[in-house]
Amino acid sequence: MEPIIKIEHLNKEFKMKDTDVHALQDVSLDIYKGDIYGIIGMSGAGKSTLVRCLNFLERPTGGKVTVNGKDLSALSETDLRKARKDIGMIFQHFNLLMQRSVIDNVCFPMEIAGMNRREARKKAMEYLKIVDLEEKAKAYPAQLSGGQKQRVAIARVLASDPKILLCDEATSALDPQTTKSILQLLKQINREFGITIVVITHEMAVVQEICSHVAIIDQGNLVEHGTVEEIFLAPKSREAKRLIYQGYEKVAEMKGKRCVRIAFSENSSFEPVIGNMVLAFKAPVNILYANTRDLDGVAKGEMVLQLPEDEELAKKMVAFLKNERLAVEELESYVS
Amino acid sequence: MLADLLSNYMLTGKEIKMVLDGIRGTLWMTLASAFFGYILGLPMGILLTVTGQDGIKPNAFLYKIFDVLSNIFRSIPFLILLILVQPFTRFLLGKSYGATATIVPLTIAAAPYIARMVESSLKEVDHGVIEAAQSMGANHIQIVWKVLLMEARTSLIVNATIATNTILGYSAMAGACGGGGLGDIAIRYGYQRWQPHILLVTVILLIILAQMIQMIGMFIARMVDRRRVK
Ligand SMILES: Nc1ncnc2c1ncn2[C@@H]1O[C@H](COP(=O)(O)OP(=O)(O)O)[C@@H](O)[C@H]1O
Ligand SMILES: [Mg+2]
Repeated sequence: MEPIIKIEHLNKEFKMKDTDVHALQDVSLDIYKGDIYGIIGMSGAGKSTLVRCLNFLERPTGGKVTVNGKDLSALSETDLRKARKDIGMIFQHFNLLMQRSVIDNVCFPMEIAGMNRREARKKAMEYLKIVDLEEKAKAYPAQLSGGQKQRVAIARVLASDPKILLCDEATSALDPQTTKSILQLLKQINREFGITIVVITHEMAVVQEICSHVAIIDQGNLVEHGTVEEIFLAPKSREAKRLIYQGYEKVAEMKGKRCVRIAFSENSSFEPVIGNMVLAFKAPVNILYANTRDLDGVAKGEMVLQLPEDEELAKKMVAFLKNERLAVEELESYVS
Repeated sequence: MLADLLSNYMLTGKEIKMVLDGIRGTLWMTLASAFFGYILGLPMGILLTVTGQDGIKPNAFLYKIFDVLSNIFRSIPFLILLILVQPFTRFLLGKSYGATATIVPLTIAAAPYIARMVESSLKEVDHGVIEAAQSMGANHIQIVWKVLLMEARTSLIVNATIATNTILGYSAMAGACGGGGLGDIAIRYGYQRWQPHILLVTVILLIILAQMIQMIGMFIARMVDRRRVK
């Protein structure tokens, strides 16, 4: 199967007066139809630049972006505009037209596509129903909460009937509760309309909540990518580890204290394994952190253990855990 | 002195007619100049915004042309411009004095100012909203009409109010050169023939007109603004 988005050796350089910023360096990535692909990285890593290269709001300075089988750089301006109707985008600050009512915002893409007003309004109400905002049709954006504004933006993006939806930090301006509901809505859209979604974020929690795949980007480089499960269970790169461990509260204390992180790949609980280990070695371990996270509908557990001082014993314990088919990772200096 | 003034306050029938004509002349000049000023200035302001460095279709060459053009015209003092364009006015209208003739220099003086004001209003539109429209496949014309002008409409109307009042002031200045309207009356009767009551009446009327333009403009600006939470 051909990927719906194919990024090959993408480069983007911003020429500034005194310096050049190399925002993307040789990034290659395939995204397939139906994926919810997370792109995660620290602020300034180049995430926004990358996603803006997918609809050519930003023109790459090198490489190739193929979307829906079309090489974007080969398109004329008119054809690019046409291609963009298949690539919706939502933003951190919603970017609604402030002088238009909610329903007129949703009508906007249909209006510019030349649909007649009556039909557009009728369709707009259907999209507002999907995002659960029918009763706000006549309101203006200034009268809505952040979450409601993002819902309007989602209804508006659906109105152009896209195959792909790009989300640039779409939940970063929202509180955790609202974030959850918006992410659920995105998931629903992915499922019901088969829209491929690219989610840009700096929060691992967002990736874990909805993404099937994730790419980690750092200083313009793609450092690691794969399914969320793969990366969550066995992060390889320093940046991936850093992002996964960013949820730990006492990371500073965990440093250099014989700590290991274990993650469960199966749907089982921690207790028997840890209990069995303690019984088998007759030595106590300290549980510094334990959590279950919902990864794409399946509960996944992770735990940070402090092992006994006896090095020999600690090694045996690690072997024991690995034997139980757990991903075991020693926490070192990459915990920042 | 004040008593003198007040006793002369009652205008004769002839004077009342003259003042009413003056009001009509001033309003005609001001509104027509504002109208033609926008006919020229609005497209120019749009072009400045679109071709500007962070516009939707940057074009350094075109921008520079409009930029220089508007700066040249804005740097000519109005009274000089008034005299400079007299031959052109005569060619266009067959005469170079009176209210209608003054519309020509007023329009020429106002257009570049209006272009700059339009540019600054349109630049206030959130870049993210423009990008959202671009991401939906909107073309340049749709972005100008449906995004830039619509989103900036409050600021455009506020600026149009200011522009109209500035033109009102300039129209009074044109009175010094036989430009017609209240300014003309103020100078000919109030100043040259020293009839202070006429001077006073015309000045008060000019102030009232300016206030009315201001109030109407602000009212419309508020009325069309949907960004307020009701
Ligand atoms: N229009 C631009 N002009 C110059 N530099 C830019 C521009 N956009 C982004 N950059 C630079 O590119 C880098 C990546 O930015 P961005 O993609 O916005 O990062 P992120 O979205 O991951 O926070 C940053 O160093 C930023 O300063
Ligand atoms: Mg960003």
